[in-house]
Amino acid sequence: MLSIEVNSLSKKFGKFLAVDNVSFNVNKGEVFGFLGANGAGKSTTIRMLCGILEPTSGDAKVGGFSVMNEPDKVKQKIGYMSQKFSLYNDLTVEENINFYGGVYGLFGEKLNERKKWVLKISDLKGKENLITASLPGGIKQRLALGTAVIHNPAIVFLDEPTSGVDPIARRQFWELINDISDRGTTVLVTTHYLEEAEFCNNIILINAGKLIAHGTPATLKKDYLKNKIIEIECDDPVSAMNILSKEPFVDDTSIFGNNIHLSVNEIYNSKTQISDSIKTNNKINIKRIDPIVPTLEDVFIHLLEKGK
Amino acid sequence: MFLFICWRKASKVIERILAISKKEILQLMRDKRMLFVLFVFPVILLAIFGYAINFDVHHVKLYVFDQAKSVESRNIVRMLGSSSYFDIEGYLSKDSEIKGVLDTKKAQCVISFPVDLDKKLNSGQNATVQILIDGVDGNTASLIANYMNSATRAYNNKIIKEFFSKNGIPIYTPISLETIFWFNPELKSTLFLIPGLIAMILVITAVISISLSIVREKERGTIEQIYVSPTKSLELLLGKSIPYSVIGLLISASIIIVSHFMFGLTIKGNILLLLFTTLLFLFAASNLGIFVSSIADSQQVAFQMATLMSLLPSVILSGFIFPIESMPAFIQIITNVTPAKFYVVILRDILLKGVGLESFWPQTIYLLIFALVFLLLATIKNKKAEAQL
Repeated sequence: MLSIEVNSLSKKFGKFLAVDNVSFNVNKGEVFGFLGANGAGKSTTIRMLCGILEPTSGDAKVGGFSVMNEPDKVKQKIGYMSQKFSLYNDLTVEENINFYGGVYGLFGEKLNERKKWVLKISDLKGKENLITASLPGGIKQRLALGTAVIHNPAIVFLDEPTSGVDPIARRQFWELINDISDRGTTVLVTTHYLEEAEFCNNIILINAGKLIAHGTPATLKKDYLKNKIIEIECDDPVSAMNILSKEPFVDDTSIFGNNIHLSVNEIYNSKTQISDSIKTNNKINIKRIDPIVPTLEDVFIHLLEKGK
Repeated sequence: MFLFICWRKASKVIERILAISKKEILQLMRDKRMLFVLFVFPVILLAIFGYAINFDVHHVKLYVFDQAKSVESRNIVRMLGSSSYFDIEGYLSKDSEIKGVLDTKKAQCVISFPVDLDKKLNSGQNATVQILIDGVDGNTASLIANYMNSATRAYNNKIIKEFFSKNGIPIYTPISLETIFWFNPELKSTLFLIPGLIAMILVITAVISISLSIVREKERGTIEQIYVSPTKSLELLLGKSIPYSVIGLLISASIIIVSHFMFGLTIKGNILLLLFTTLLFLFAASNLGIFVSSIADSQQVAFQMATLMSLLPSVILSGFIFPIESMPAFIQIITNVTPAKFYVVILRDILLKGVGLESFWPQTIYLLIFALVFLLLATIKNKKAEAQL
């Protein structure tokens, strides 16, 4: 069953085409990753899917309703959390929960029940009267997610929910996302942490408003990356990379920490091609050359380089 | 069934508006600065307008240079000193001292009697009494001159009567002028200022606090979170306007009550009419505030715009302090941009004159038009802003 169907969605701001003819589907209950650089058009797409920004052309069905014609019905089906963690810092934890509950029309017993749930997932039981400004980032982030789904929506949009949060809090947050999706809620999440994308059931990659890749993390690695990835550990990786990028068997080069990742094409046949090439500069000492399983980061760098 | 669905929908709308209003009040309770502006500021203004700014002149400091030292001169001095307008501060013995007391501001006015005052009066000649007034404050100076004039006229009448009756001729005054100031019988400028003060405070609560509270949500990004919920923007605006309007009403009611005890203000007109026109003015001012919030992107800009568009015109151009009739024609036209001008007229009519809608319906209609125009402008501007999100 489809939760979201996007059909040739476009958005123009003046002459600038922010979202260019994007189509994709999201299944019910899945965690759907929406990836792309800053300014690629992720937030614009999400705003259109939430019914707060009218598309220039195309349409999308969210929870069965058209964002073009029935944005008000769409709004009753969705929850939304932005990277700003839209909480009122000058209100207490409980006042924030009450407010968002009220905005979604929850009251009485229903509100109390959901309040308990939000307090549980954000570890704030017994701390209802703390001022929100005093909470640590990770807790605030979970509270923001809790208030965004306080009305138990069928679909929740998370716009870069993990930006500016430490790695442990990020991991806990992803556990929470998985919990929510296990209950049948569809989660559409944007991020630029590629290791987070590995947690998603399906991923799309968007660049300059265009959709450039679509699939599960595994198929993306297989289908979009015909090239092998070779990891090289050596002194002065920057100089080595400059030499290697001129070789005909190399398509892309990128630096991962102290290592170089080479994307090599069919001309490549053995490690000696690489070591010979680097040895033209005798100051560089090679420590290791190994073929590796590509990460999503390799896939995306390859796709984005190709797109240029 | 249909009615039931309508009721459920309406109750959800009310539920959401209440949630927003409640949140707004909670936020206001924690905002010490805004609380100060809303609740302490009016008290300070009332004290300033009530006591410090006073256009009435009482207790003019008077020095007497009496060269006559006669019955008549003492009579005149006693008459002046017995009114509340003049306080006799002292007597001068030399001509050269006059400049000194005026220069040092010990005297606002000096009265000087000639040596031959009694001789001239008794022989039927015209005697000249000189008054010297500190003219630095022109308003006060002309008021003092007026008081002196009427005092002299009164004294002249008394002398003439005595003269004629001494000679056995009956005397009567052909025309006597009786001046009664309606609506403000004691000519207290405080009473005249209170309507303007109420207008100003309502403008502060409505325009400034509403625009700031909306722009703050824009700045923090919380407005987006509300827009993705089923809450309509009209519900948001209502939820925000209601608490500030209630606060505005409470503050103006307390100003009226305090003014009653401090300055003897009584509501001469219809209280319901007062409530209705005040709500209309609040509606107009709220829409102006919403319009400001749709243009401004930061609280700083919103504050400056709100001050410039509402507070300053309400003080300078509303006729609150400076009479509009004495402004140049060009400025008189500009005064129409401030709803406070019309509200001040309405308030004075209700509070001081006790007249009804028949005398201020044009102002009421103007307020309504003003409110609708700014509501329209704000809606257009909001639609554009949403399209550019």
